[in-house]
Amino acid sequence: MSSPTTRELPLGIDDPGTVHVTHEHHELGFIRKYIFSTDHKVIGIQFMFTGLLFLVLGGLMAMAIRWQLAWPWTEMPAVLGFLFPETGRVVSPEAYTMLFTMHGTIMIFFVIIPLLTGAYGNFLIPLQTGAPDMAFPKLNMLGYWFMVPAAFCAIAGFFTEGGAAAAGWTAYPPLSTIESAAPGSLSGQTWWLLALTFVGVSSMMGAVNYVTTIVKMRAPGMTLMRMPLSIWGLFIAALLQLFALPVLTAASIMQLLDRTLHTGFFTPTNLIVNNVGAETVGAAAGGQPLLWQHLFWFYSHPAVYIMVVPAMGFASDIIATHARKPIFGYKPMVYSMAGIAGLGFIVWGHHMFTSGMNPMVGMTFMVSTIMIALPSAVKVFNWLGTLWDSRIRFTTPMLFALGFVSMFIIGGLSGIWMASTPVDIYIHDTYIVVSHFHYVVFAGSVFAIFAAIYHWFPKMFGRVMNETLGKFHFVGTFIFTNCVFYMMHQIGIAGLMRRTADPYSYETYQHLQPLNEVISISAFLLFAWQAFFVVNFFHSLFFGKRVGRNPWNASSLEWDAPSPPGHGNFDKELTVYRGPYEYGSPEVEEDFLPQTRKLETKQTV
Amino acid sequence: MRLIATLLFLLVPILGVWTFWIAPEHGWWFPKSVSSYGADIDRLFYIILWMVGITFVATEVILAWCIFRYGRKDPSKAAFTHGNHTLEMVWTAVPAVLLLFIAFSQMKVWADVKFGDSFPKDGRFTIDEPIGEVWASQFDWRVRYPDEDGNLEGADVIEKAFEFTVPLGEPVVFNLRSRDVLHSFFVPNFRLKQDAVPGMVIPVWFQADEPGEYDLICAELCGWGHYKMAGRVRVLPADEYDAWLAAEREALYANGTEELEEDE
Repeated sequence: MSSPTTRELPLGIDDPGTVHVTHEHHELGFIRKYIFSTDHKVIGIQFMFTGLLFLVLGGLMAMAIRWQLAWPWTEMPAVLGFLFPETGRVVSPEAYTMLFTMHGTIMIFFVIIPLLTGAYGNFLIPLQTGAPDMAFPKLNMLGYWFMVPAAFCAIAGFFTEGGAAAAGWTAYPPLSTIESAAPGSLSGQTWWLLALTFVGVSSMMGAVNYVTTIVKMRAPGMTLMRMPLSIWGLFIAALLQLFALPVLTAASIMQLLDRTLHTGFFTPTNLIVNNVGAETVGAAAGGQPLLWQHLFWFYSHPAVYIMVVPAMGFASDIIATHARKPIFGYKPMVYSMAGIAGLGFIVWGHHMFTSGMNPMVGMTFMVSTIMIALPSAVKVFNWLGTLWDSRIRFTTPMLFALGFVSMFIIGGLSGIWMASTPVDIYIHDTYIVVSHFHYVVFAGSVFAIFAAIYHWFPKMFGRVMNETLGKFHFVGTFIFTNCVFYMMHQIGIAGLMRRTADPYSYETYQHLQPLNEVISISAFLLFAWQAFFVVNFFHSLFFGKRVGRNPWNASSLEWDAPSPPGHGNFDKELTVYRGPYEYGSPEVEEDFLPQTRKLETKQTV
Repeated sequence: MRLIATLLFLLVPILGVWTFWIAPEHGWWFPKSVSSYGADIDRLFYIILWMVGITFVATEVILAWCIFRYGRKDPSKAAFTHGNHTLEMVWTAVPAVLLLFIAFSQMKVWADVKFGDSFPKDGRFTIDEPIGEVWASQFDWRVRYPDEDGNLEGADVIEKAFEFTVPLGEPVVFNLRSRDVLHSFFVPNFRLKQDAVPGMVIPVWFQADEPGEYDLICAELCGWGHYKMAGRVRVLPADEYDAWLAAEREALYANGTEELEEDE
């Protein structure tokens, strides 16, 4: 068995075969092993560290934004003020537009997507499907290394003339395409577009790998309907990326051409920006600003589901494991994820209800958008069904996963207002929208990421994270998250617009300042509270308690591998006999039944 | 940990509802609605608020209950079940019906506000004969009233900066345009928001039912000065509006004459 054998890969066949594991050990040098590694686990960990680093950067920007909203145009404390040395630690209106532009860009493209699909997609897919590595390990490595020029371009913008991109993370033209429109449109926007293109290429390589690995490399007996929901979530997210990303990449290149070669895809005729006429700008004109919005949201709405569907999968895995009960309605869970993804392609117009798009089209987009709440509701009911009559263990990953469910309910329900076109006329681009997507992406996805970090840390590093610190981290994070984002509903209903550097220049908003102060203070506490996580993470990395293969008594495949798994992942041959959530099965004494365990009795699902 | 977790998760629906309950009395709520369709939009908001509110409380309480009840130390195994087909059908069908109800209940108001076909046709101002144009540019609002022949070109056009004066109690239709980048015409008290797009002429209508001055806010990021693109909408009783318009015309002619005289 020690020679590398070609693997027979039965696809969707119930007949269990055997998997041949290669035990070839080539000793690799430090650089090949930890830096330019082709091992999916190392690449996953690289993505994780990159993502967490950017989380700090994006978080700092959020803090500066919150400072400005509570106490506009005042001097910031040194921890934030260092970002604005030229203006005496006070944010300028130009800098404020750059802050929220780059906060959004970094959090979406450099934190959430890399952490979910980059870090955990890489780490989990081969381990949970029983593959020795990704289908294309070199492509996988290249995928990570494309993040480096992407990160460089994203940050480089700050150091160019005029500063970073300042047209919002949505980069609506003509603000983003015409250089005289904003300082950030000088060259910051070009760097931004390059960053986005590199990230896109990176995601694309990842997605190709994930889909191929999941389709072709599952262990014998691992049928599609025996895959953990994490894998389903990642699979669906990868498909979304494959179908939607080319559109964004094409649109970015069109915008790049508009900016550099002065084509006019998005530039209308007779445009005069800041007293600079179109002739001077050199635009060929005849274009349509709304075209960008369509192309951008055709990717970026599915991107929202790329950011939440894997998180739903992680939460499902973690809830079943720590509630010691099978997932309630596994198939409806799979179908609802697929439903969310499918509907996700025909709802992009809900970002454009007030944009000037034909209102007739808005009507259709409203119906599809409202209906997307249906699969989301089904998922929530099934999580509750899973918890019903379960045996909950209050571990840190479980608390964060439960937090995910609780917060996702809020984020999901508030979406219905936005989907309803007449209501959206009023609340579009107000803080109720900000509240909504932070409940989904921060309180939802980031909670799921925390749950995943705590849950799979033992598999990644062979040590567990400290439970006491973890619980402290959870309690504070849960409280402050709600203090920050919940009352944004109220200030949104009061009509406060997002992206407004100084809301109090409008009479309508002046009475909201005290509420914004409360929100900002909560945000600072939320940020500071993450120290519990940082300390716990690094301490546990080196001094955490060592654990064996299966510290949580979980039944999915990754827990059959050593902790941490070596090169090639599994040290024994695998055959899968059942689904991933056979907790509390009456067939065995203990309350879990690993997917690989062969029983003499009848086989369960 | 079980009791702490129960408390934390139970606080979500309790404080969640409480925050919405007390918000109106602190003014963290809708500004007063003064337009003809404002009340319709608010009503739809409240219908959804009740529906999502009930769902929110129910699901969050069940979640907290599960944490309380099934978090007890219990050496026995959990119920070994993989789901229930009937239950799945019920909790798919019921929300589906409710969601479709929400979707269809929105359509009329949306059509009334935004469809060109359903713009008011009987008043002084119609989609073919609007009150004038509102131009947005960085970081400026310009309102242009046509001359007596309805022309928007030429010297007799009244142009006002940052101030949109309209008559009370009758439908006002105007064309929204942008000179440079995207902007958005947002009057919270009217529950009206519409982006201004360069290269497009977008007809918009509202009917203000209370005299007064209201904030006109730019609601689409338009550059560094976005936050201070503050205009005002002045709603005057119809006769005062007519008098104001006549006075503006008068002043414009007077200026014009003076200039002509000076030139001579």
